Amino acid sequence: MQQKESRQENYREKIQDIMSRQSSKKKLIDRIMSAVAIVCVISALIPLASILIEVVKNGISAISIEFLTQPPGSFFLGHGGIAPAIQGTLIVVGLASLIGAPVGVLAGIYLSEYAGNGIFPSMVRFFNDVLTGVPSIVMGIVGYVTIVLLLGSFSVLAGALALSIIMIPIVVRVTEETFKIVPNSIREAAHSLGIPKWKITLFITMKSAKNGILTGIVLAISRITGETAPLIMTILGTSLFFTSFTGPIDALPLRIWRLASQPYESAHSQGWGAALVLILIVLILSVVLRLLVQRKAGFKINRATF
Amino acid sequence: MRGKRKGDRVFHIIAIAAAAYTLLMIVIVAFSVGDGSREIFSFEGFGFFAGTDWNPVDGRESYGALPYIIGTLISSAIAMVIGVPISLAIAIFISEMAPSRISTPLSFVIELLAAVPSIIYGLWALFVFRFWIRDLIEMPLNNAFGGSIPFFSQTPFGLDVFTAGIVLAIMIIPIVSSVSREILKAVPNSQREAAYSLGATRWETVRFAIFPYAKSGILGAAMLGLGRAVGETILVTMIIGNVVGIAAIPSSLFDQSQTLSSLIANEFNEASSELQISALMGLGAVLLILTIGINIGARLFVSKMIKVSAGVRE
Amino acid sequence: MSSEESFNVDNSSLFKSLNDNTYGSSSATIKHYKLSIRNLDAWFGAKQALKKINLDIMPNTATAIIGPSGCGKTTLIRCLNRMHEMTPGAGARGQVILDGIDIYDNKRVDPVIIKRRIGMVFQKPNPFPTMSIYDNVAAGLKLNGVKNKGLISEIVKESLEAAVLWDEVKNELDKPGMGLSGGQQQRLCIARALAMQPEILLMDEPTSALDPIASSKIEELVYNLKKDLAIIIVTHNMQQAARVSDYAAFMYLGELIEYGPTNQIFKNPKKELTERYISGKFG
Repeated sequence: MQQKESRQENYREKIQDIMSRQSSKKKLIDRIMSAVAIVCVISALIPLASILIEVVKNGISAISIEFLTQPPGSFFLGHGGIAPAIQGTLIVVGLASLIGAPVGVLAGIYLSEYAGNGIFPSMVRFFNDVLTGVPSIVMGIVGYVTIVLLLGSFSVLAGALALSIIMIPIVVRVTEETFKIVPNSIREAAHSLGIPKWKITLFITMKSAKNGILTGIVLAISRITGETAPLIMTILGTSLFFTSFTGPIDALPLRIWRLASQPYESAHSQGWGAALVLILIVLILSVVLRLLVQRKAGFKINRATF
Repeated sequence: MRGKRKGDRVFHIIAIAAAAYTLLMIVIVAFSVGDGSREIFSFEGFGFFAGTDWNPVDGRESYGALPYIIGTLISSAIAMVIGVPISLAIAIFISEMAPSRISTPLSFVIELLAAVPSIIYGLWALFVFRFWIRDLIEMPLNNAFGGSIPFFSQTPFGLDVFTAGIVLAIMIIPIVSSVSREILKAVPNSQREAAYSLGATRWETVRFAIFPYAKSGILGAAMLGLGRAVGETILVTMIIGNVVGIAAIPSSLFDQSQTLSSLIANEFNEASSELQISALMGLGAVLLILTIGINIGARLFVSKMIKVSAGVRE
Repeated sequence: MSSEESFNVDNSSLFKSLNDNTYGSSSATIKHYKLSIRNLDAWFGAKQALKKINLDIMPNTATAIIGPSGCGKTTLIRCLNRMHEMTPGAGARGQVILDGIDIYDNKRVDPVIIKRRIGMVFQKPNPFPTMSIYDNVAAGLKLNGVKNKGLISEIVKESLEAAVLWDEVKNELDKPGMGLSGGQQQRLCIARALAMQPEILLMDEPTSALDPIASSKIEELVYNLKKDLAIIIVTHNMQQAARVSDYAAFMYLGELIEYGPTNQIFKNPKKELTERYISGKFG
């Protein structure tokens, strides 16, 4: 007993001595790493602030009624506007959403309400996940090969198709997850009243899921609104207003790109102006609308993961 | 009764059709890319992957993807080296350090980085950021080490693979930090408590109790970032310098380059022949295979740790 | 230091704030308290979880904290090694005096460093899954700057012996800690805590997740450990408290109702509430 006690005391003395020498180093390293973390956070916030500031600063001077309502004119004279691009964005994104939202929601409903864990649903889930990682330029290739080559011309349809392929997997995922969160008791209660399943899904379960799904759709729309790469190969871009679904059209991201590639200062200025319009649309969609809907829905959807 | 069953059946079929359409989409994607690149692969064969030519001149056409594979890898590697540690630090700050009145608005703001369209990143990088990089980082490094270290040779003027890598790093921060945060949340609190009860500081707890547990999930998060960086097109076209052929293999950090996606965007509208367009789509095929591989790998790693949700949280 | 030795130490200045709830002896032969809790309050957000706790722990004893669910037993011991305040919104106020120094005195005591002297074992065993058995036990030492490999391996062996795990794992020290059974994992966690050579070991319902055989192994080692340290064990199992502890503290709704030698508490409780709890009338 005596031996054991003194051995323990011995260990305690030895290590407490060593440990106390480490104490200040330990605390110093902890403080340094905390500082490093804070620096990293700030270093991510600075570019964001700079982007927003620059877009507003450089773009605001280009904004005018003419800018927003007129087709492009001569850069040299600093005339003209981006109206066809705004119109084009609305049309192409609108068409893509018309295709993408219903298909995505229905597929998501299938996965949540009708599918089990068989091969078919697993493949659907798997390939939807895979699709979210495919670069958008590849979607442009898809639009080009399928529709542009088929119809013989760059067209709104091709662009809408490409964008819809980007949109659908996002909507499918959000719909499935949102429906899954709705408690089963709601379905069961309706079922016990003799209501057919399709009505339960579309009218009752959907009511609870509505906000989440709408948020997801709005986020997906804001994402495709900002896409440039798929449009390069599908809609071509033009200075004219919409003519037909099978003809080329302009869009905001595309126009910004073309303007930025010009050597003229006035073109750059218009580019910033178009960027301001674009970022306003995107931010209103992805932030403002989402905050409004979320406050009612009570849960969050993370845009960053798609 | 019969009407009820019919309604259910119809709806069920519609829902299955929609799900089947999503499978059809992947087929369409694979088919389009395959069909579009058929010509170049039958022309160049597998040499396409290793070739360095990019010659659209009629009669002497020859195309090779190697320089752009290298350009993609280098720009993405830079993005990862800079972006992943920063994203991890942000995830740790939000999850382990900050009180909720800071972490909630902060995660919202980080998400804003993801909401900004890449064309606007491109515009900003082209007209603003590249001058910061050139003046604050590239010129000093070039002046100090340009002669001695090959990485820093070449007179920099900001439009190069280095700047592209940095902006790509910024662009991958939202996804890497957000998935990492999910991973960190999945580490059980009992692990943290065990470390703290042994006298660990907060950093030591992260390093010894949290990281080893979360390792594979964080690797998955990083790979998702890699996939994002590899697939980014328009930002890269605007600031990587737009060179083709052998010149696209950067000889230093401050050299111009070209990636698989940026070349497709840069040349598509001016392509002069069917073969050239097919070559561009061949680059798309390489890109597709690369990103699908990265994406599958990433999700395997992440789901090893937690089930990947769509990000819908309560 | 065995509890039979008494020290004529004048601790009267420490005990200026004594009130009726303390159980110290008279100043003539004051036993040297290992840990003294004085007017400890604790809360979670707005809800107060501990109300003016006053308690003295003797060295080389096992003290059981008993009481119904929600009475604050776990909160109390988490205040004793300053883990309680790590929960967001949680706080504590009062004094916890270890060998004459108040561990809540932030000018003199670092909450991280104090954990070297007061160890903790949790309800559910939590070994580090990516580490081997050896590395688990050595974890605290390595974290705190001990590098001497020889010293570490001596201490690891000694700790595993004290936790009655050495014989079972001595040939598998490099196997992962998670491969052990529940009871073995908990003894591994005990060994890990003991490796730090703490002066006080806090145990939060250490056997509630284990089967009876594993539990009795741990009870036995607690009984043996108290020769070297003061152990404070939270338990909702009264028979366990009776078997293992020298002193027992009964808590109810955040207050310390009664404290005294285990025999006295169980056979001859002074407060009616205590008596009702002991005889199973509630909780």
